[in-house]
Amino acid sequence: MTHITVKVDGTTYEDDVEPRLLLVHYLRDRLGLTGTPIGCDTSNCGACTVELDGASAKSCSVLAVQADGCEVTTVQGLAKDGEWTRLQRAFHERHALQCGYCTPGMLMAARDLLRENPHPGAEEVRHALEGNLCRCTGYQNIVHAVLAAAGQQVAEEATA
Amino acid sequence: MIPPAFEYTRPGSVDEAVRALADAGEEAKVLAGGQSLLPLLRLRLAFPELVVDVGRIPELRGVREDGDTLVIGAMTTHHDVVHDPLVRRHAGLLAQATATVADPAVRHRGTLGGSLAHADPAGDLPAVALALDAALVVAGPGGRRTVPAREFFVDYLQSALAPDELLLEVRIPKRAGWGFHYEKFHAVAQSWAIVAVAALVRRDDGHIAEARVALTNMGPTPLRATAAEEALTGADGPGAVARAAEAAAEGTRPSQDLSASPEYREHLARVLTRRAVLTATGTG
Repeated sequence: MTHITVKVDGTTYEDDVEPRLLLVHYLRDRLGLTGTPIGCDTSNCGACTVELDGASAKSCSVLAVQADGCEVTTVQGLAKDGEWTRLQRAFHERHALQCGYCTPGMLMAARDLLRENPHPGAEEVRHALEGNLCRCTGYQNIVHAVLAAAGQQVAEEATA
Repeated sequence: MIPPAFEYTRPGSVDEAVRALADAGEEAKVLAGGQSLLPLLRLRLAFPELVVDVGRIPELRGVREDGDTLVIGAMTTHHDVVHDPLVRRHAGLLAQATATVADPAVRHRGTLGGSLAHADPAGDLPAVALALDAALVVAGPGGRRTVPAREFFVDYLQSALAPDELLLEVRIPKRAGWGFHYEKFHAVAQSWAIVAVAALVRRDDGHIAEARVALTNMGPTPLRATAAEEALTGADGPGAVARAAEAAAEGTRPSQDLSASPEYREHLARVLTRRAVLTATGTG
C-alpha cells in the first residue's frame, strides 16, 4: 500500500492505495465520483478524461499513486454552486450529446482546448477532440457547442 | 482491466532511480509518462515486480542548449516538446512529428524519453531521432554513456538500455538551413502510423546536396532509407525526387498486420518518401 494525498474537485483526500490502482478506479470506486465513466479501458476513447494539475489526462492511463500531491478536476467539479460553466451550457443548448456517455470526456477535452486556444476554428476543435470518441457519432453538435462556448460563429447550414 | 500487482517506488534523483533498478535486476520497469506502459500492464502483457516512477526527478525535464546541440530531458512531455521555442527553432522535425503522436491528453502525459525507450517501430519518434542523428545519454550503476540513435534501437520493443539503465536526455545536433517534413499515413486520427517517413533535406543551388530519410514501421526497428538518400543526392526537381524515392523500401522488412501487407507498406514507403522530400524541399 502507498499513501497518497489528492485534491479532487476541491476536496483533499488521503488514502492508502495499491500501486496498481488506476486513477479512474480510485475516483469511481473509492471516492464514488462516478461522473467519470470508463469507456474502452484501452486509452482510445477518452471517456475517462479528467484534468490532472491543469492538463487533460485519460484517467485509465494514470495510476492513482502518480496523482499523489496533485489536483484533479472531474466533470463533477466544473459547475460552481449549481451553475453550469459556459461550455456545459453550450453542450446543453446545442444538444451536443446523444447517449451522453462521451460527454464528460468531451467537456474535459474541450476545456483543455479553450484554455490553450480561446478562439478555435472548427478544424482546430476537431483536432483537439481526436482522442475522444462518440459512439453515437454525434460529432457535429459537439463541435458546434465548443465553437459556441468560444463565442465563434457556428455554421448552422453544416448541420442539415 | 486491472494491472497485475507490483511494488512501487518514486525516486527523487537519478542516482536513487539507478540504484532501485540495479537492486531489482531484470524484474523492474521504468514508469515515465505511462502512456505505453499502463496499457501494457492493463492488458497483462508485462509483469514487473517493481515499477520505478521517474516522474518526479526534476533534472529529467526541460529543454536547453549546449553549443551546437539541443538537449531535451527524457521526461519532457510531448506537449512541452511541441510548444518549446528551442525545439521549434532547432529541431522543427521533432516538433512537427510529436504533434502527430496520439492525442492531446496522451501528449500531456507521454514523454520523449519514454517513447524512445519503448522502442516501438510504429512509434513516430524513434525514426525522427534516427533522422536527426540524436544521441541518447543513459545512466547506469557504472556511470553515464552516450548511445547514438542508430545503435539504440535493437529490435522490436527492444532498446540498447540495460535493465539497470535509465535514459536521461536526448541530444540533437542543431541543423540550420535544412528543410524537413514528417509524412504519416494512418487510418484513424489518433492511431499508430501504418507507415511514416521523416525527411531532412539540405539544398544547394537548386538541387539536393544531402538528404536524411528515416522510416517508421518498416521493420522491427526504425530504419534509414539509405538507398533513397544516396539517390536523392543531386536530385534537382520533382521528377528526380520521385525516381529516387522508388528506392525507399530497399532493405526494409515490413510486417503484415490487420492494417497492411508488407507489399502495401513498401508501396507506402515509396509514396510517402516522395511526398516528405518534396515538402521538405519546399516544392511539395
